[in-house]
Amino acid sequence: MSVATAPASPGSIRSELVGARLPSWAPYGSAVAAMGLAVLLRTLLDWTGWATTVLAAAALFVIVLTAWSFGIEGRRQAKNRFATTLIYASFLAAIVPLVLILTYIGVKGFSVFSADFFLRSMNGVTSRMDGGGVYHALIGTLQQVAIAAIIALPIGIFTAIYLVEYGRGTFARIVTFFVDVMTGVPSIVAGLFVYTFLLLGFGMRPFGAAGALALAILMVPVSVRASEEMLKLVPRDLRDASYALGVPKWRTVLKVVLPTAMSGLITSSLLAIARVAGETAPLILLTGYTASINFNPFSGDQATLPMMVWDQLGKRSGTTSNDLTEARAWGAALTLVLLVLILNVGARLLARLAKPKTS
Amino acid sequence: MVQTAGDDSRTDDPFEIAAQGVPGANPLIGRPEPDSADTIDAPGTILPDGRPEAGISGRTVRWGDRVFKGLAAGSGAILLIVMAAIAIFLVWKAIPAFTGNSGNLFTTQTWNPQGSPPVFGMAAVFFGTVASAFIAMLVGVPVAIGIALFISHYATRRAATTLGAIVDLLAAVPSLVFGMWGLYFLIPQTKGFQAWLSEYFGWIPLFNNTTATSVDQFGKSLLIAGIVLAIMIIPIVSAVCREVFLQVPRETVDAAWALGATKWEMIRTAVLPFGRAGIISAAMLGLGRALGETIAVALVLNSGFRINWHLTEPGGDTFASTIALKFGEAGGSPVAIAALIAAGLFLFVITLVVNTAARIVIARRKEFT
Repeated sequence: MSVATAPASPGSIRSELVGARLPSWAPYGSAVAAMGLAVLLRTLLDWTGWATTVLAAAALFVIVLTAWSFGIEGRRQAKNRFATTLIYASFLAAIVPLVLILTYIGVKGFSVFSADFFLRSMNGVTSRMDGGGVYHALIGTLQQVAIAAIIALPIGIFTAIYLVEYGRGTFARIVTFFVDVMTGVPSIVAGLFVYTFLLLGFGMRPFGAAGALALAILMVPVSVRASEEMLKLVPRDLRDASYALGVPKWRTVLKVVLPTAMSGLITSSLLAIARVAGETAPLILLTGYTASINFNPFSGDQATLPMMVWDQLGKRSGTTSNDLTEARAWGAALTLVLLVLILNVGARLLARLAKPKTS
Repeated sequence: MVQTAGDDSRTDDPFEIAAQGVPGANPLIGRPEPDSADTIDAPGTILPDGRPEAGISGRTVRWGDRVFKGLAAGSGAILLIVMAAIAIFLVWKAIPAFTGNSGNLFTTQTWNPQGSPPVFGMAAVFFGTVASAFIAMLVGVPVAIGIALFISHYATRRAATTLGAIVDLLAAVPSLVFGMWGLYFLIPQTKGFQAWLSEYFGWIPLFNNTTATSVDQFGKSLLIAGIVLAIMIIPIVSAVCREVFLQVPRETVDAAWALGATKWEMIRTAVLPFGRAGIISAAMLGLGRALGETIAVALVLNSGFRINWHLTEPGGDTFASTIALKFGEAGGSPVAIAALIAAGLFLFVITLVVNTAARIVIARRKEFT
């Protein structure tokens, strides 16, 4: 779709009823003119960087096109072109950071990737040394996210079943409301709660599963919301057919509703897992950090990918970072991003595969 | 064949039928609580003397149903218990912060809970939280609305699906990565921009940097924290707005076209008024996210613990970043830990208020449509 929305093209038969229109190449023409003006300004005013020039070109483009349109097409069309340009620009403004972030982390992180990086821990690797890897952190992240999923997904899915199949009246409305409110609980607050409850309350030392508990608190509302949508997609007819055969409600839910929605539920669960896998804030308070491998999430400090980044950037102990630690931090962050992206893309592919079944 | 109890035949309820296919509609509102699992429902099978006809039992108590419903409702109850427990534990463990503080919790601008006597207050932290979130809203919400309009009304259908998925991917990127990108890419790249702002717009106190003497002294500031937060809230705000914009009734749009509206006039008169409540609630959700964001902010801000209206100057703290950054040194001091928990409590209450307000706006919109 071109920026021009005017249906009439110049060269066609002019009608008395159709006002003057800019030619269809007007946006491109304006763009070229704006770029030319911007480069001219750059040489005249001795600008050093290119960023200013690009921004100036963008601003000039808006001004040139709107003014041109105002002169020929009138105020209404000029406004339309102005708004259209801004809407396109806002879209570009969102895509540019995404591309920048992903390429930046990709380039920075990929440079340290090697087989060793995934198969070694940081044990004995000091900040001035090359080498070391994410193995210990990867183990911790996978274990903690798995524990969080084991706790949160059944609660989330059962709550969704309650809301969709049983929920009516005041209690259901309260649950719905608090699911929404819980979605907005900041991750650091969830971490603080587990800290006060588990570590202060019982006087425990930091351990991996404590972090998993905080992640579970964050995962539950996401899981409820997504599972609810999936269960609502199950056609009413299927339930009715089951009831008509005299099947009790609980067996209908178990044998008809859940199998029909199963792929959707797996998708929503994967998205919920992906959502919390990258959380850092609660882990700072709860899991501690160790450079060595700890396979037991129930005892002792356990490293995770976000905490490894936090540590390598020198934020955990207040030390300074250098090129070697920053490179490892980028590598760990890229590993984390890849993990989350794989979960997300997997969930979406699954959703696409499952689509014909539900519609 | 044994005829079973008819408690399941009530699914022809008009409320549920009516709610089907309406996006966002809750098919479960407005129904009375049915608890007829163990009632007799076998019309035409009762013998004159009151007994059911032989071979047909009209009375069934379904233990499976009861257990299953209990499990489902119990999961819902766990949610409520957790929310209540969060509030109770935060208040309880924050008490030392209220009693052991020699400063005023609300107006003091320092953070020294390990000192003797401990002096700390939330004023500067509150300012930093609100300022960075406000910048995020100012930058992020218009862009997010633009993206939502682009995807819902400008892009072709095929492109819209792909673009929507790409924007959703932005939401999946961990906040840590945004923070690192902000720290290592955005801050060095925007030093010149901040210096420019300070030089040419310094007559607005907000943009004036009174301490920096060279471009290199610009960098970590509340302004940049706000911009990083804006990039982070754009996906969620635009996702909600997009859903609302896609629900605009076809007739309203066609009516605008039929009156000869330009595309922008159509959007201004048909799409935006319909989506106003949705935009407000989306913005509030984004605000809740921006207020509670921890790691990204902790990475791009320097602690200062004073209210500084010069947003391009270094320094600034938010509730969440303070908790993350000060936790390590709070170590063994009970008052210091309590101070951080109090900060968490403040944050919890603020996000609770913001989110509740958003939900109320959404609920009111549902009543109208």
